[in-house]
Amino acid sequence: MTELPPAIRLESVSRQYTMGESVIRAVNDVSLTIPSGEFLALLGSSGSGKSTLLNLIAGLDRPSTGAVIAQGNDLSKMSSLALARYRRQTVGMVFQSFNLLPRMTLEENVELPLRLAEVDRSERATRVREALQRVGLEKRIGHRPSELSGGEQQRTAVARALVNRPKILLADEPTGNLDSATGEAILTLLREIQKNPGMTIVMVTHERILAERFADRLAVMGDGKLLSNGAAR
Amino acid sequence: MKLRDLSDLAFRNLREAVLRNSLTTLGVAVGVASLVAMLSLGVGLQQLATSRLARSGLFDSIFVTPKTNLRGPGAGPPATRTPDAKARLLDADARAEISRMPNVVEVYPQIRFFTEVRYDGKPYATMVAGMPESSKVSGAFDGMQGHFFSSANADEAILQAEFAKELNPQTSSLIGKDLILRYAERQSLGAQGGDAAGSGGFSVVPKEKHFVIIGVVETEPASGFGGFGNGRLLIPLTIAETLRAAQVNDLRDILRGSSSDKPSYSSLTVRVKSPSLVEATEAKLKDLGFSAFSLLDISKTLRGFFKVLDILLVIFSSVALAVATLGIVNTLVMAVLERRREIGVLKALGAADRDVKQLFFVEAAVMGLVGGIVGTVIGWLIGRTIAFGTNVYLHSQNLSSVDISSVPWWLVLLSILFAVGVSLAAGLYPASRAARLDPVQALRYE
Ligand SMILES: Nc1ncnc2c1ncn2[C@@H]1O[C@H](COP(=O)(O)OP(=O)(O)O)[C@@H](O)[C@H]1O
Ligand SMILES: [Mg+2]
Repeated sequence: MTELPPAIRLESVSRQYTMGESVIRAVNDVSLTIPSGEFLALLGSSGSGKSTLLNLIAGLDRPSTGAVIAQGNDLSKMSSLALARYRRQTVGMVFQSFNLLPRMTLEENVELPLRLAEVDRSERATRVREALQRVGLEKRIGHRPSELSGGEQQRTAVARALVNRPKILLADEPTGNLDSATGEAILTLLREIQKNPGMTIVMVTHERILAERFADRLAVMGDGKLLSNGAAR
Repeated sequence: MKLRDLSDLAFRNLREAVLRNSLTTLGVAVGVASLVAMLSLGVGLQQLATSRLARSGLFDSIFVTPKTNLRGPGAGPPATRTPDAKARLLDADARAEISRMPNVVEVYPQIRFFTEVRYDGKPYATMVAGMPESSKVSGAFDGMQGHFFSSANADEAILQAEFAKELNPQTSSLIGKDLILRYAERQSLGAQGGDAAGSGGFSVVPKEKHFVIIGVVETEPASGFGGFGNGRLLIPLTIAETLRAAQVNDLRDILRGSSSDKPSYSSLTVRVKSPSLVEATEAKLKDLGFSAFSLLDISKTLRGFFKVLDILLVIFSSVALAVATLGIVNTLVMAVLERRREIGVLKALGAADRDVKQLFFVEAAVMGLVGGIVGTVIGWLIGRTIAFGTNVYLHSQNLSSVDISSVPWWLVLLSILFAVGVSLAAGLYPASRAARLDPVQALRYE
């Protein structure tokens, strides 16, 4: 594992917001290397900058200073069009609030990234079915998100994140809206996906106990800074 | 994103707020409908006017006169006139030559003469006019009693209504009756006396000819230039020519001393295939050594008038469309606000700014397209309704119906394209606003 080039490398990354006179350093000089295939948990109290850091890795945001290097490419040097392509092809995202589109069926929700990536129509149905099978929801393919439980909705979101076969899966508090049993089931699913088909996972959470059980390594943030990046076990 | 996926998503979004989007689309439809209705009336009136005028023969005709035939008050006696090298006599040869010219449909003289007719044993003095075959399609004979000449050589006569009433107040009873035309025939003295042609004078011999009355018409159609509507007894031009009556210009010929056996015309009317050919033919006729003029300038003025009318109509209905445009802007801005999160999700899943922009453009274009099509249909119906109402009125006034509304294919195409174009312009601001939306803000968990 350590012989492979790192999936993500953060070099003195800062992201600050200027609000009038004051400057808020949401992420303050963070350097971190995440090897390919690792399941990293990002811990920290609310407002410590975890989501901001994750969005920088996702290419949804740009650092004020420093470099974010993903799969060998410096995101801060990419055009916004190239960043969009990076998000379609290299990254899958899962959110605390699921963010499924309510008027679309599961099939249509999972198909969305394939539409954006201009995948052939003939190929889409199979890939959507495969992704939903992977999360155990193939029987609910024609349902709408509102007809599903929270755990099922999050599993659909995971299927949507997987369907484009990304190298990196980014999850922002994926269990935050779920009861502990359901949350555990989601983390078990992520862990399986990490092994097969094989993926680098960065998961933001504030549940240390779950993080210790499922992640390879814990990084802890506080007030925009990286407090520790030690291994979990 | 591919266009098919874009329009898929666009239709889905439009369906989600179906009432609001339908109302917005209806706004576009109303704007387009008023545009189409107004323009269809403008186009219809213009077509009506130009076709009436084209059929009247005023705009595809050239009036030809001999150059030497200076009859103005300033013209001196023949002897003092400097001969024009290019000037030519307007005789039968010239007529044949002109009729052989390309694009010339018909060449005919203005034949009208004052003479006496006998009907039911009583004499009447009246003006006789020769009608060319083409006057049948001029539209002036459309509402006539009876029918047009059965052939160019028929011994048939059409009476002008006022004159017909003099013969018999019950004009319809005149049709089929016999009429005697008394006229003076020109006979060359040279031919009789054995002289060389052109050297003698001619004598005038009184003659009679029988005609059958076949129709009554309100007014004589304006056959080219010259006498407008003063002919009261209309006979086929070919017959009129064979009568070789002593016409006004014949007397002038005598005065001028040019007394050839061949008739020379004081003027000829030349009809060309279409008004667009008038200018070139007119120039050629001048090259041949004749005087020529046409009413082309008047038709240009008329076209200019309709252009101004169209522009005014377009400006009026553009106001309706401008309001509809604001409706689209409003609807799409609301959609952007409502769909903030969805736009954020799309961007997180890899949508580029361009994809988001195109999505809103397609939504605007769909509203424009549907509004344009529905509006064109409604506008067409409004035009038809107005035309129908007009004809009901015309019928109540015992007038023949006209088509004052016309929706040609280019108007359909243009108004739909216009609606789509305007809608796209309206989508410009909302679309770029959606594209600029910061996904991090849109996705922030509240
Ligand atoms: N757009 C913004 N403008 C100003 N401050 C912001 C903005 N976004 C985030 N922040 C601030 O940055 C800090 C980190 O936020 P965030 O990354 O969401 O924390 P976490 O996900 O760890 O709870 C917070 O103090 C937050 O208030
Ligand atoms: Mg957060």
